[in-house]
Amino acid sequence: MSVTAIKEYVGVPLDVVANFHGNQLLYVAWDRHLMYAAPGIFGAAPGMKFGDFVAQTLAPIYQGHPDAAQIDWSKTEWEKGDKPWTPDFARTVAENGLVHKEFLRFRTPGLNGYMGAGI
Amino acid sequence: MDMKVDKKLSLKDRYRHQTRGLGWETTYQPMDKVFPYDKYEGIKIHDWDQWEDPFRLTMDAYWKYQAEKERKLYAVLDAFNQSHGHLNVTDARYINAIKIFFSAFPMLEYTAHRGFSMAGRQFRGVGTRVACQLQSLDEIRHAQTQIHTASNYNKYYNGMHAFTHQLERMWYMSVPKSFFDDAITGGPFEWMVAIGFSFEYVLTNLVFVPFMSGAAYNGDLGTMTFGFSAQSDEARHMTLGLECIKFMLEQDPDNLPIVQAWIDKWTWRGTRVLALVAAMMDYMLPKRVMSWKEAWEIYFEQNGGALFKDLERYGIKVPDCVAQATVEKEHISHQLWAAMYQWNFGTAFHTWIPSPEELDWLSAKYPNSFDKYYRPRWELWAQMEKEGKRHLNTGLAQLCQVCQYPMIFTEPDDPGKLCHREVDYKQEKYHFCSDHCQHIFEREPEKYVQAWLPMPQFYQGNCGGGGVEEFFKWVHLVPGQDNMDFEGSQDQQNFARWKGMATSNQ
Repeated sequence: MSVTAIKEYVGVPLDVVANFHGNQLLYVAWDRHLMYAAPGIFGAAPGMKFGDFVAQTLAPIYQGHPDAAQIDWSKTEWEKGDKPWTPDFARTVAENGLVHKEFLRFRTPGLNGYMGAGI
Repeated sequence: MDMKVDKKLSLKDRYRHQTRGLGWETTYQPMDKVFPYDKYEGIKIHDWDQWEDPFRLTMDAYWKYQAEKERKLYAVLDAFNQSHGHLNVTDARYINAIKIFFSAFPMLEYTAHRGFSMAGRQFRGVGTRVACQLQSLDEIRHAQTQIHTASNYNKYYNGMHAFTHQLERMWYMSVPKSFFDDAITGGPFEWMVAIGFSFEYVLTNLVFVPFMSGAAYNGDLGTMTFGFSAQSDEARHMTLGLECIKFMLEQDPDNLPIVQAWIDKWTWRGTRVLALVAAMMDYMLPKRVMSWKEAWEIYFEQNGGALFKDLERYGIKVPDCVAQATVEKEHISHQLWAAMYQWNFGTAFHTWIPSPEELDWLSAKYPNSFDKYYRPRWELWAQMEKEGKRHLNTGLAQLCQVCQYPMIFTEPDDPGKLCHREVDYKQEKYHFCSDHCQHIFEREPEKYVQAWLPMPQFYQGNCGGGGVEEFFKWVHLVPGQDNMDFEGSQDQQNFARWKGMATSNQ
């Protein structure tokens, strides 16, 4: 049994995609930039171009970082669910195969945080 | 004629009458129907009479002791309040530690009260039931005395006015709340391991040292007196937790793997909750008691080590998670305070950047980690503040499905990389801050898929509406007053003004 209980027990998940009014969640971390203490949680429409998600939702969050101005998004390297993955910026979130609550992590080669210390 | 006087009952006899004499085997209904909750967890008990309460506490003795303690506590609290004792704390920054404590603890004590009341009904052994009932009374007493201690601070300082609402609504309160919710929704034996053993026995010193010694070091007589008044109760609770563990293990060999799994789970959950306390010790007490790392070494590695050594006789092993917790003692306080600093627009307390002298203290206490990983962070943020570019993280945080912390913890072998684990369960993704939280989920996924995670709830529109302003209203947080930086806050200004009035003729 998947839970110790006195009778058959089935939980109701609270964060299924149907609860997000047409959006889905994406989690994103900027690798080696711990000025941002945790991966971010973002809402995205599945039909949104991934490039727009990056430009409109993601990039503004990081604009206070000393490395931010030097990010070349075309050179960023990505992971999806901790495995290497290549996004297509011109295609939508859904077309990129990103499901609800997908976890993404991107690296910015050459930019390793404040004083190269991963911050 | 000689009077024949019955001999007064000894304490031992009175305890026996209360805990054995008052019990009976039911006949109208089978015992399993009267006590339907003490078998389903798989724990086998053959002889409930083997339960021995080392304190042999009876009701009459209990009322007498507790009444005496109450009288002393409230005498001190009255004196503290009437003499404006709050102005004698080391620094108004200290009051922010008190805000976190008094926002979380009274409601958690209240949950503990409910949990022990339930356990005090659910066990069929009378001795066990009575012990749980007495502890449930202690817990509600602690909730009340904490609220009374806090109420004086609440008259003068911001951020404490809505603790009952905020326990259920404030994003970071979901960390301790989910811990107690998880425990109280288990069976009575798991509850005893979660609260009675892991929290009260293994981890309690790590809570008491920062709060009670911290209060004493920082001139907070009110909190200190409340702490001492609670401490003799805590000694009893610790003994009850350990007694319960030994009782289960002595009753049947089949109980061992179940108890071990609970100890593994609750040691980790407790350790995670204590990251809040770690940040408090290293960053929030103006006069430090000791570093979190030192406290961990004394109270967990040494004292806890001796405890697990003692339990080895029963076949209990040190939980696997201890290895990771030992690595993390160098990091968690810094990671947590950095998180609070960047999200303090959403907190009902103030934060600050450590002073240069405090940074040096941290360097000295954490020679292996602070200068390499954390000092540059504070120096950068201090520089940014100077330039008028105060760092705020407007991206909300991903949360762990089990401990509900923002995923701020790093890989055990790489403090430069945020740790992330994920599991697919019934076509849905779940994320975790660590292997140990993942394992807890995998043992009982149907329980944790229901977690009420504040950030996803915010995105669903269930936190007052869609926006941050609506969230503030819903959570009863007054922006510009309760939140943001200590520097320039109303608390800081008032404290300085009142202190000035008390010590000069201005």
